[in-house]
Order: sequence, then C-alpha cells, then structure tokens
Amino acid sequence: MYNKNLQNVTHMSSGLNNNIISQSLPESRIHMGDSRKSIIADKIFEKLFFILGLSCIMVLLLITIFLFSEGVPLFKNVPVANFLFGTQWYPTSDNPRFGILPLIAASVSVTLLASAIAVPFSLAIAVYLAELASLRIRETLKPVIEVIASIPSVVIGFFGMVVLAPFLQKQFNLDTGLNLFNASLMLAFMAIPTIASISEDAVSSVPVSLKEASYALGANRWQTIFHITVPAALSGIWTAIILGISRVIGETMVVLMIAGGAAVIPTSIFDPVRPLTADIAAEMAEAPVGGSHYHALFAIGIILFLITFIFNLIADYLSNRYRFKGG
Amino acid sequence: MISRQMKSDIIEKAMFALFRIMSFFVLSFLAFIVIYIISKGYSALSWEFISEMPRNEMTQGGIFPAILGTFYLMVGSAVVSIPIGIITAVYLTEYAAAPKLGKIIRLGVNNLAGVPSVVFGLFGLSLFVVFLDFGTSILAGSLTLGVLNLPMIIRSSEEALMTVPRTYREASLSLGATRLQTIFRIVIPNALPGILTGVMLSLGRAAGETAPVMFTAATYYAPELPHSIFSEVMALPYHIYVMATAGTYIQETRNIQYGTAIVLIVLVLLLNSAGLVLRYRFRKRLKR
Repeated sequence: MYNKNLQNVTHMSSGLNNNIISQSLPESRIHMGDSRKSIIADKIFEKLFFILGLSCIMVLLLITIFLFSEGVPLFKNVPVANFLFGTQWYPTSDNPRFGILPLIAASVSVTLLASAIAVPFSLAIAVYLAELASLRIRETLKPVIEVIASIPSVVIGFFGMVVLAPFLQKQFNLDTGLNLFNASLMLAFMAIPTIASISEDAVSSVPVSLKEASYALGANRWQTIFHITVPAALSGIWTAIILGISRVIGETMVVLMIAGGAAVIPTSIFDPVRPLTADIAAEMAEAPVGGSHYHALFAIGIILFLITFIFNLIADYLSNRYRFKGG
Repeated sequence: MISRQMKSDIIEKAMFALFRIMSFFVLSFLAFIVIYIISKGYSALSWEFISEMPRNEMTQGGIFPAILGTFYLMVGSAVVSIPIGIITAVYLTEYAAAPKLGKIIRLGVNNLAGVPSVVFGLFGLSLFVVFLDFGTSILAGSLTLGVLNLPMIIRSSEEALMTVPRTYREASLSLGATRLQTIFRIVIPNALPGILTGVMLSLGRAAGETAPVMFTAATYYAPELPHSIFSEVMALPYHIYVMATAGTYIQETRNIQYGTAIVLIVLVLLLNSAGLVLRYRFRKRLKR
C-alpha cells in the first residue's frame, strides 16, 4: 500500500512538471492583475457548470412534461380504467377502442419468458467469469460479452426474423415463427450482457475472507459459491436482474420485428403478440399529430416511462443499500 | 457406497461443467449470428455498395445516403452530448459541494439511462419535431440521440475523472492555479482516454439506435443527399428495418439487407472496440 502511494507521488510529480509549472505558474506570477479576473471566471464557470450539471434532471423533467401533455388529453375521451383494462385495441377504426390490456399482457409475458431464459445463463456466465475462469480467459471474455450489448437491436431483430422465425415455424409446425417465444429468445440474448456483467461485479466484490472462512470449514469450491459467495452477492445480482428486466421491457426493435404484432392477449407461448413498445413504433407514423390515436400512443409512453422509472429506482435503492464496505 | 466427500466432489464437477457449457453456448450464439450474417451478406459488399445511391426502387445500387445520414446523426448527437456530458461529470466530481445534490443528479443520470429508447423517440417527436417545429430532420434526430447518450458520457467521464489522483489537484491548487485552470489543464487532460471511451461507445449507440431516429430524423427513401440540418435523412438501422419489413421487394432485396447489416455491425464494432481498447490501456496505465 505504502509503496503504491510512493509510486503515485513520483508519477504525479513527473506529470506536474509538464503541466503546471510550465504553464500556470509563470502566468499567475507575472500577471498579478489576472488573478482577480480568473477568480471571477472561476465563479462564473461554477454557476455555468452547475446549470449544465442539472441537464439530466432537466431532460427528465422535460420528458415527463411532454409525455404527460401529449398523453393525458386522451383521458378526456377515454376513462383511465378503460384504457388500462380494456381488451380491445382498435385505434384506427371508425369507432376507435383504446384498451391496452392485450399490449400490457404481451409486454409482461415477453418480459417474464425472456428473463426466465436470460437469468440462468447470465448467472452461469457471472460465476464462471468471477470464480472459475483463469485471468486470461476472463480478460478476453468480458469485452466479448460487452460486444453482445453493442450489437444494434435492429440487427438482432433482423436475425430473429429471417433465420430463427422460419426455423421455429418448421420445427414446431407453427402458423408463424414471429411470435412470443421467438421474441423472448432474442430479448433474453440481449439482456444477458447487462445481467451478467453487473452480477459478475457483485460476485467478484465478495470479500475473500468470507470465502476463506468457508474453505477453512471444509467446504469445497462449489459449496462455497452456492452457500456463501452467491448469497453474499445477492443484492448486486438482484440489481442486475432488475436492470436487465427494465431493459427488456423497453426494447423496441426486436419485438417490433419478431413478436408477430397481434394485439390479442396470448394464450400460448407461440402466439403472435404486440408489446407496448412495438405498438408505439408501429403506429406512430400513421397517427395524425394531435388526434386521439396520437395521444393514446403517448399515454402508452407514460406507462412505459413509469414502469422503467420504478424499476430503476428499485435498482438504485438496492445497489446503494447493500454494498460491501472494504474487505 | 459413495462417501459424502465424493458426492460433493461430483456435484462440484457437474455444476462447473454446466456453467462452462452455458457460458460458451451464449458465446457461440453470438458467433453464429455474426458469422451467419457475414456469410449471407458479404457477396453484396463492394465499393459501389457503400459509395452509390440506391437505384430501381432501392432493389439495386448502394446505400451511400444511409451511411452518410448515420454519420451526420452520429456527429450531431456528439456535438450535443459530449460538452454537456463532460461538464456534468466535472460538476459531479469537482464541484458538487452538497453531497445531496450530487446524489440527486446521479439518480437523474441513472434514471435517464433506463428510459426506453422508444420513449426518447416520443419525446424527440413532441419537443423537437412538433413543438419546436424542426420537422423530421437531422437536427431533431441529433438532439434526440444526444439526449439519449448523455448518461453514457456522464458515467464514463465521471469514472475517468475520479481516477485522477487528488494529489494532482492539490498540487495544482497549491501552486496558485484556480479551480478552473486545474480542471482544464490537469484533471481533464489526465482523464482524457477514459472520457474518449465513453465518447466512442456513445457514437456506436447513436449509429445503431432505430426507434428514436424513426420518429425524428429518418426517411424511407431520399432521392437526394441532405443539404441542411433541416433535411430528413436515410439511416443504416432504419434502412435495414424498412427493407426487411415493408415494401414490395422484401425477398428480392435480402442481399442488400444483409449487406447493410454487415456495414452497420462493422461500424458499431469498430467504434466499440476502439472504446474498449482505450479503456483497457487507460486502466492498465493507472495500475502501473
């Protein structure tokens, strides 16, 4: 520890030679008049930074304001209960119906199935990387897992559409391969990097002393992982799962391209469905600005925004609440 | 009789094998997707494919306008998100005197990061396209993508700024530099590689996002290249989506769809690997 600090100091002083002594010092010495000016500049910039620093909060506020101002007008014509629990979604017919229950059911079922697939695989990867893999494999595989996260969702959707859909259709003798199951598979694949990498952080941050105590009591590596390491990392793992689920709920292109698009409450995992996000993306182009349909799509946006907001608050709470301090 | 010791050894072996298999299954699925798309689409690739306009109702010719459009959107979003993102990160690490305020800002960043991209699309549509009357345009799309990328830039910049040792700042301040001078001459230059990682990753994300661009910037087909920031553009991800799902020649243009997907994947992967390499080297330098 002491050695490391010492190295830091020497490293630092070499950095300082280039930066401060050659630049700031002569300036502030020679032009004494400048110092007041730069103090004023300092104050002004602090205010400016403060304002820009609030940008994210302001954007969140703006999103809320615009979603609500465009979504709430729907409820002048359609009661909230009819909107949330209505089973008919016919936004463009002469006598339009704006019941989003089929869309909610679609989002929920796709999300549950995708999570059920993604969580075991993600945890397997997390434990493998944190506990089993050699340092070299770990250093190579972690970026590869991140590559999955970076593949554009439209490409995943495209793959599900042209490769997986015909395959599923043939294998299971279905009317269409574009269905709940297909969408869940591809969504699970997309959620794995999120869940795996955050869980991996949680698992590897479990203090070594806990594991050593377990080994000392005669437990083998698996028993230690199963009874000690994973339970100790559980809050981090939950954070990972919740963030992963939140991502699945909000994912648009994959479900738009491969969920099938039928606004009907699904009765089997091979039914085509129309999740909330897909509905917005599919219909926004044809909804005239300011009409009921337009307002209804924004009202769906409000629902999505609230759901993901709550999930993120929970994740934030969990990750702040339980964290190992020191080791 | 199997002893308990042996039994738990067998369970250990079995579970570890299972974890290995599951991990490599996911990786091979990734490899399968990438290799499949490349093997199907590489025949479409040629210099003409990336440098020419589409012809014959987009059944032939190249995808140059889509590449250019995506490039404009990337640059536009970077202009919006990089300065604001870095300054927010600077405020969080260097100023935020009240820890409570810092906490609130971080909560805002985390929540903004979790907002679904399609909701950003709705937001961009209502604020930039309709309310501010920018229309479906590069400007509206860039602003939407810029806002979408803010959290990513803030997080990676903050991480990078925090790795700059406090002693650097103290030394600079003790030599009479103001806080501002310290930030711009000492802190930011030392954190630059880490900040650049976030920039690269966010550029990759801007290139690949479809839903936000769909409502705010993208068009199915533009006969001419865009001539101002108020023009609508073609974009690579939207091009793939439209070619694969709409129109009369879905089957006939599969080749073009695969080819476009390859171009998009290569672009995004290049940006991301540049970002990851930078981060790797940055972290290594810090460990030294």
